Amino acid sequence: MPSSPISNSSQSWFQRLEPFLMLVPAGLWLFLLLILPTLLIFQLSLVPGIKPGDLVNPSSLENYFKIFEPSVLWIILRSIGISIVTTLLCLILGFPVAYWIALLAPKRWQNLLLLAFVLPLWTSSLLRAYAWISILRPTGVLNTILMTLHLPTLDVMNQLPAVLIGMTYSFLPYMVLILYSSLEKLDRRLLEAAADLGAPPKDVFMNVTVPQALPGIAAGVLLVFINAIGDFINPELLGGPSSMTAARLLYGKFLGASPDWGMGSALSALLIMLVTLAIVCLIKYGDKNARSI
Amino acid sequence: MVISKANLSPRSNIITKPLWQAWWTLLMFGFMYLPIAVLAFYSFNESALSAQWTGFSFKWYYRFFHDERILESLSDSLKVALGSVTIAALFGTLMAVGLARYRFWGRDVYQNTVYLPLIIPDISIAVATLVFLAAITLPLSLATIIASHVVFCLAYVSLAVSTRINSLDSHLEEAAQDLGATPFESFRLVLLPQLYPAIISGCLLAFVCSMDDFLIASFTAGGGINTLPMEIYSRIRTNLTPDLNALSVVLIAASGLVVLLAEFIRRQSEAKRSRSLV
Repeated sequence: MPSSPISNSSQSWFQRLEPFLMLVPAGLWLFLLLILPTLLIFQLSLVPGIKPGDLVNPSSLENYFKIFEPSVLWIILRSIGISIVTTLLCLILGFPVAYWIALLAPKRWQNLLLLAFVLPLWTSSLLRAYAWISILRPTGVLNTILMTLHLPTLDVMNQLPAVLIGMTYSFLPYMVLILYSSLEKLDRRLLEAAADLGAPPKDVFMNVTVPQALPGIAAGVLLVFINAIGDFINPELLGGPSSMTAARLLYGKFLGASPDWGMGSALSALLIMLVTLAIVCLIKYGDKNARSI
Repeated sequence: MVISKANLSPRSNIITKPLWQAWWTLLMFGFMYLPIAVLAFYSFNESALSAQWTGFSFKWYYRFFHDERILESLSDSLKVALGSVTIAALFGTLMAVGLARYRFWGRDVYQNTVYLPLIIPDISIAVATLVFLAAITLPLSLATIIASHVVFCLAYVSLAVSTRINSLDSHLEEAAQDLGATPFESFRLVLLPQLYPAIISGCLLAFVCSMDDFLIASFTAGGGINTLPMEIYSRIRTNLTPDLNALSVVLIAASGLVVLLAEFIRRQSEAKRSRSLV
């Protein structure tokens, strides 16, 4: 017999330890650097007038009251507005793309087309915003072209339209990816049956295609909304002072000239709660397959 | 016959005729690649300031490869990315295998927590990590960036590995154990070789994300540490030089190639598997 009783018992020791060896290191890491910090943010948001490292002040909701002052509330509402418009733009621009790639494009090109469409998603978001700066700034590419054509120049840089362009550009691939995975599973026989029964293409689309794609649409809308509401880079680099958002305010409360960690934490807690709400909706209404993206 | 003809025409209307979607898709491809094309175009422009074309030149590329600050920040970024991806590769693979093997209380919560960094905004993670590090009075350094990057790198690695495990034949491992292999041997000799493509493609994606991260790094970096995205950010804020165009082209091409490589490795292993099944 190759195995002595001793090695057998050490083996079972190892076997008993194995689940812990596999699951504890990563679990501990996530607990220490994701769960605990997030809980700390909630705790800190209840401590007014906090300075770094000073956690003993009595709790109150003062930081949250600061958020509901009109000037801050306006910034939060603007962030939500920008995110909603971005999401709608992504849906309108992205749906025909996903529809064409999933249902009309030649089968063997589908994966390649999708990969090519989402590839820019993996490039640096800073550099993508920078590219839009060089297009949209007053002496940029767009205005140079407009001037050569003797057309009036556009001044969108550091304005809301620039932010919307940058954000839509950033998040369109997410929308297309998720809509594609939903449309690809569409039961084509239903489309054909509806057409055979004489339904005009518009009715087929509205009554057969859209209802089947609805979970995918919900997943895409929620994911783009979450990304948009937390986006710092596009509003910061393309927006100028006029398009202050919650994410920019949050950044400033920690790394800006006049830090206020308590109010920053309250703002962050609010952001996390908003995102959690969206995630709950995502799990409830969203396409289950889309969640793996 | 007339009826069947009438039946056929609307069908072809729906599946093949409306081609405006194809044109629209082409337009959107243009939208996705236009900014990148603009950067590439102007990176070869002689002139520094205007958007006008004044002649072809490689000087911006030459400048970028001789820019000390850029090269130093590139080396900081590489240290962070390699460090965090290595840790995530090890722990992420173990975790994905563990989650596939064992059923325990809280397993679903564990699994979903791993993927959270892919969904929640970077800025929330960045802020929370900073507050935590301040609370335990850990001085910020290169190590704190690595530690916080591991959090999202774990998500990419374990997502790739879990997807792969689900598509594998678990009987192979059982067969190995029936033939006398210990669970560890069957893991090392049977499961792990089948997981390598997924581990590598997950690591490549995590690497790209770590190299691109601006927010988390700028909240967790100690003094004197300057990652490449932090350097790029400060250059965009202060002065817009075509230096940045050349740098962008190189970086965008590099991330694109790495992601394509990751996708290629993943596809190859899937194709091999389906061939061996036939």
